[in-house]
Amino acid sequence: MKKLTPIIEWGTLLFCTGTVCFYLFVILYDLIHRGAPSLSWAFISTQPSAGMTKGGILPAITGTVLLTLITAVVSVPLGISCAIYLNEYAIDSWLTRVIRACIRNLSGVPSIIYGLFGLALFVQGLRMGTSLLSAGFTLGLLSLPYIITTTEEALRRIPASTREAALAVGATQFESIRDVVLPAALPGILTGVVLTLSRAAGETAPIMFTGVAFYINSPAGYLNQEFMALPYHLYMLATQHQAIDVVRPLAYGTALVLIMVVFILNLTAFYIRYKHSKNDE
Amino acid sequence: MTNDLIKLSAQSVNLWFGSKHVLKNINIEFQQNKVTALIGPSGCGKSTLLRSFNRMHDLLPDVRIEGKLMLEQQDIYEKNTSVTQLRRRVGMVFQKANPFPKSIYENINYGLKINDVPKEERDGIVEKALRESYIWEEVKDELQKPATRLSGGQQQRLCIARTVALRPEVILMDEPCSALDPLSTLKIEELIIKLKKDYTIIIVTHNMQQAQRVADKTVFMYLGEVIEMGNTDDIFNNPKNELTGNYVKGRFG
Ligand SMILES: Nc1ncnc2c1ncn2[C@@H]1O[C@H](COP(=O)(O)OP(=O)(O)O)[C@@H](O)[C@H]1O
Ligand SMILES: [Mg+2]
Repeated sequence: MKKLTPIIEWGTLLFCTGTVCFYLFVILYDLIHRGAPSLSWAFISTQPSAGMTKGGILPAITGTVLLTLITAVVSVPLGISCAIYLNEYAIDSWLTRVIRACIRNLSGVPSIIYGLFGLALFVQGLRMGTSLLSAGFTLGLLSLPYIITTTEEALRRIPASTREAALAVGATQFESIRDVVLPAALPGILTGVVLTLSRAAGETAPIMFTGVAFYINSPAGYLNQEFMALPYHLYMLATQHQAIDVVRPLAYGTALVLIMVVFILNLTAFYIRYKHSKNDE
Repeated sequence: MTNDLIKLSAQSVNLWFGSKHVLKNINIEFQQNKVTALIGPSGCGKSTLLRSFNRMHDLLPDVRIEGKLMLEQQDIYEKNTSVTQLRRRVGMVFQKANPFPKSIYENINYGLKINDVPKEERDGIVEKALRESYIWEEVKDELQKPATRLSGGQQQRLCIARTVALRPEVILMDEPCSALDPLSTLKIEELIIKLKKDYTIIIVTHNMQQAQRVADKTVFMYLGEVIEMGNTDDIFNNPKNELTGNYVKGRFG
């Protein structure tokens, strides 16, 4: 029996790992197998045509890229500052504990609720209309709690002795954070930011009410106009189009492009982390 | 004689963490250009006392300090005392080597930079500090290498270099060798003895031999109080207090 246990343990773990990898592989294979044929330079560089049954998805790509940029501009500086305040300056009181609990709860709120909130606040309340900006702000709000939480965790991993080292040579608290703590926490912060942004890039529900459109005429996104985005485009092609069977390859192609956009985002973060670890470790 | 000058002193100092009374009526004087060892069992408040001299407790929320701590004529906790200025005059080396996660060069350069040392002087100061800390020969060809790649002993000497680069008047050392091998420990002890002529050094140590090797004066603390202080020789060979005798003979710790 003693001899058997390690084999059972090992076997169970291997089985679980294998199952996960298997799913991942099947999904990727399916996507590539069905999506790759519709990929071409024209697909990613031209407008859709003939009622979406032909042509490319350029506006959806630019839409998603711009949307993610706006999301980042809104959520990254705000989220990181908030995390710095909570972790470095705020004393541990019931108030900060309540704030922290709220932030954690916010990250559990379904994204469609953010969509409704964005509709009420940005689209109607602030009269920004259904637009790229409204949708970007909405996704920015959605991303904030994640960025705050992951940044705070990254900051918490920096030991007190590192901060003290800076203070002991005469740095102010601000200088110690800016020059020592933040650079040391950067890889962790970056990982959180990228994971959050790639999640935001794939969101459909929050942008549905706040600015995304099935089709627009102009190729580039204007901040105050509606826009196309990859996940919504995919959703429409896969479920709402009149000729679903005709556009199926295009839907798979869109999915593949979306995955690639997210992948490139992750790769960038990986590269920065790699360079950072080569310099500093 | 500048030798008898009192560099650092505490007068009736009491310190609480929350409701915990950690330092009890501390009266103590540290002479200029002397090495003073702070000894005593774990938890008796050695680190706490050391850290109150460069105001490392400032960022903790519920610390209360009463009494007077003086750096020569300056009241350390006076409203007008600039903490950053103070910490430049009272440097600190920590128990666990804590180099910045930056290059070796930048580890020393950083302190110079934020203290507005002119750029053209910095290279020279970095080299001098590394030489003084007897680590120059080991790192001179790889100043751009991350400091975290150095060995533990090298890291601690780098931390000392980082401190002496700022030409402080006092260097506080909190068990600087507790994480090091005997060879590195020896190197750091030599370094401490050499630094004595320019600096006033206070070193917390659990190592009785180390205290006798490096310290001119020794202070014995117990449960937050200073029990006895005097010449190292007297403390170890003719202690006046029974507790001191038992401690230095290793009967408890
Ligand atoms: N930040 C802190 N908050 C609360 N209690 C502390 C803190 N730092 C130290 N103490 C307590 O103060 C006492 C003295 O600690 P310390 O000065 O580190 O002792 P030593 O360095 O002599 O081992 C210990 O009982 C310790 O638990
Ligand atoms: Mg201690």
